[in-house]
Amino acid sequence: MKQIEAQRNILDFTLSSLLRRKRKNAVLLLVYTLVVFLIASVMFFTHSIRREAALVLKDAPEMVVQKVVAGRQDLISGNYIDRISGIRGVASARGRLWGYYYDPIVGANYTVVVPETGQPQPGSVIIGDAISSSRKLYKGDLLAFRSHTGEAVLLQVEGTLSSESALVSADLILTSEDDFRELFGISKPFVTDITLKVGNQRELGTIAQKITRLLPDTRPIMRDEILRTYDSVFNWRGGAMVIILFVVVISFINFAWDRASGLSAEEKKEIGILKAIGWETSDVIMMKFWEGTAISLSSFLLGVLLAYAHVYITSSLLFEPFLKGWSVLYPDFRLTPYIDAYQISTLFFLTVLPYTVATIVPSWRAATIDPDVIMRT
Amino acid sequence: MIELADVRKVFNMNRPNEFTALHGVTLHISANRNTVLKGPSGSGKTTLLGILGCMARPTSGRIMLGEREITSLPERFLTEIRRRSFGFIFQQLNLIKGITALENIMVPAYPEGERRSQLKKRAVALLEVFGLGQKATSRVEWLSGGEAQRVAIARALINNPSVIVADEPTAHLDSKLSEEFMEIMQKLKGEGRTVIIASHDPIVYTSGFVDTVVEMRDGSVVDVRATG
Amino acid sequence: MILYPPIIALLLGSFLVSMMLLYSASFAIKILRSWDIKSGSELQLGLERKTYLISTIIGYAFGFQLISFFLFIYTADDLCVFFVGAMCAVGTLHVDPFGYPTLIMKILNFLLAGTWLIVNYTDNKAYDYPLIRKKYYLLLLITPFVLAETVLQLLYFLGLHPNIITSCCGSLFSAEAPGAAGGLIAFPSIPMKIVFYSGIAATLVSGAFFYRTARGGYFFSLLSALTFFISIAALISFISLYFYELPTHHCPFCILQKEYGYIGYVLYALLLSGALSGIGTGALLLFRKEASLVDIIPAITCRLTLASVLAYAVFAAITTYQMIFSNFKLEGY
Repeated sequence: MKQIEAQRNILDFTLSSLLRRKRKNAVLLLVYTLVVFLIASVMFFTHSIRREAALVLKDAPEMVVQKVVAGRQDLISGNYIDRISGIRGVASARGRLWGYYYDPIVGANYTVVVPETGQPQPGSVIIGDAISSSRKLYKGDLLAFRSHTGEAVLLQVEGTLSSESALVSADLILTSEDDFRELFGISKPFVTDITLKVGNQRELGTIAQKITRLLPDTRPIMRDEILRTYDSVFNWRGGAMVIILFVVVISFINFAWDRASGLSAEEKKEIGILKAIGWETSDVIMMKFWEGTAISLSSFLLGVLLAYAHVYITSSLLFEPFLKGWSVLYPDFRLTPYIDAYQISTLFFLTVLPYTVATIVPSWRAATIDPDVIMRT
Repeated sequence: MIELADVRKVFNMNRPNEFTALHGVTLHISANRNTVLKGPSGSGKTTLLGILGCMARPTSGRIMLGEREITSLPERFLTEIRRRSFGFIFQQLNLIKGITALENIMVPAYPEGERRSQLKKRAVALLEVFGLGQKATSRVEWLSGGEAQRVAIARALINNPSVIVADEPTAHLDSKLSEEFMEIMQKLKGEGRTVIIASHDPIVYTSGFVDTVVEMRDGSVVDVRATG
Repeated sequence: MILYPPIIALLLGSFLVSMMLLYSASFAIKILRSWDIKSGSELQLGLERKTYLISTIIGYAFGFQLISFFLFIYTADDLCVFFVGAMCAVGTLHVDPFGYPTLIMKILNFLLAGTWLIVNYTDNKAYDYPLIRKKYYLLLLITPFVLAETVLQLLYFLGLHPNIITSCCGSLFSAEAPGAAGGLIAFPSIPMKIVFYSGIAATLVSGAFFYRTARGGYFFSLLSALTFFISIAALISFISLYFYELPTHHCPFCILQKEYGYIGYVLYALLLSGALSGIGTGALLLFRKEASLVDIIPAITCRLTLASVLAYAVFAAITTYQMIFSNFKLEGY
């Protein structure tokens, strides 16, 4: 079709004219790529961490009941379980055993948990992959613990954990109930806390109230409160990020506008010639559109690829000091890549859209040069 | 063929630097003739040329192209007409630097949406007509003055226009090339085209190939003489 | 408010589009006051040059409006983890009262911008800009809607605090739920199917009739707009059930997700195209008596009618296919 052929011709001409001005366009490409890279890195990183948090919380219980003694958490009696189960609206309740174990060799805290299902054999443990790799422990090896009495307790590694979320499993050790109680000196019927499942989400508040009335020395914690906590952490750091982002985007818009307006005399002349020999304003606008598209696409692609490499391969080399503050155990933390069309389109809105808007008016101004201008000069 | 009725062109109207380039020009350009607009710089020839060539709209007055009134045509229609019916040759030649001679010739036809392979064939044929077949892939910066001139003429012909418009075409040419130019214009006239040239070069306006000389001064037509 | 890149992106996008529209509106006023095609004055030439800018701006706004519609739904979907009780976009949109209005405005503005572009395209084909005034009145009309959308979206996002318990599509789109959503679900499926297929059939027939005989154009246009709403209602009422293969899952947004092959995008794109082409036809028919448009409008309306009819036909085809070949049987159990 005629229209398509005309567009192809214009596109051809545009690409050749871009190549003719390599130096000027190279600078623009560089800055554009840098902007995309920065914003994409922040986005990929935040998105991945959020995903991991969501995964953690997916299986988190809707409510956890802890015993509070003098303002601090204490072991809670398993006898409370029956009383909580009796409350109307509670579908089920169970006790949880978990705690922290400090390993002086690596200088890190492990999270020790007795899982609900899939408990290892008594005398065995299942360990997370970060522990496995940092202490070089594999299936069949023995792991030495120091129990609460000071005695050495040897447990055999039954297997390692692989989980969708590295955040969850990395420092995890799963034990059997007997081993746990022996290690930490927690006798029956005490448990660390009690978790609940409720029938109706909307009743969570009511149930929490009933529990505090029934068991005044306890404190119920709801999952959404945890969510809020996570979120406020992200928000604080996210807020700082947003301000930086904002400044970056504004500067970029300014730069783009400047670049687009600052046509060299050479470029102005070329457009004047095009208008004079029969190109219409909309043809020149299309040319400018293709120019913008070519530059945007290349910068976008390059920026995204670099950001991907940065966040997932080099583990956010540039951001780590600002954002994470993790413990000793994760010098080589690898996030799982979570990129989808949704991320890409958000990125598009944050980079290509401002660039395009910044160049609309300068492009138009360039395109509406009078055809007879080159005759008059 | 082209009819102007009381055409005025004013720049910067209602401002302190208001300037009237054309004061009520009434003119008739005949088809298939070679017309020269003669006059010193500032006489308004370039402005008139622009209006005749559908590049600019008059501030007031009317202009007819054949049977059709084009005074108030929106830019996109005017440009379409200009692209298909007019071929321009400029004083400075104004070829696009950095691309080949062949590409320069094809550029005016891009918006027409012709198949590229076909367009290329026609452009090459034009180059051959002017004896520049060998120079097709040369950058225009490397061409001699005369060669560049011929490329500019070839470019003006790519859309097979019925009117050729030239603005001071011989300003940078020596006498020999100037005469060569007038011969080419005569040949084009022989093909049935109309030629309009603005020039204050005697070689042009005293040439035997010219049919009408329109003399201009200070934005008005002072004399129209049929010669040849 | 949750400071989160997609939200910032949407706010930025809407803000930029609003600014562009305001700028265009101020120009529209200038045009309405001083446009005179017969004049060759510099003012007029300047105005004509400016119209290119406005067309370009609205073109971009239209494109971003479409993308932002899907991005908005996706963001709402993504945010559902923060709201207890929300399992997909439906729940998130219900968190505060501005969610659904924003969505509706996005659709409306997409259709308005699209209509403007169709009118603009037609206007440019004539020698004397016959629709210039009407076009810019329309622009002045559209601008407050775009501004309203930006404000609503902002208010919506401001109202999102992650400790709010909301309802998920289960309770919102269930027969007991109050309001239109519940009413739609509770509506027995056979009559709803009849309404849906009648709407599609009527649109296709009147479109074909108009295509052949150039009569009944307004009727067709109205029908195509009506069918848009009927189709959405049908999606919620029974079509979605066949995609989810569950008798209680009526959510209109989950079909946009990967699990269902992103079929939602195709379906919504078809519906939006069908509606836009149909409405555009109606808009152009208003002007067919204009002298310079007499020859131009029929060709354009024919193309638009064809597009609309095809879009609805393909939509009906896909959904019917799913209904026949799905493992789910709605009636007769």
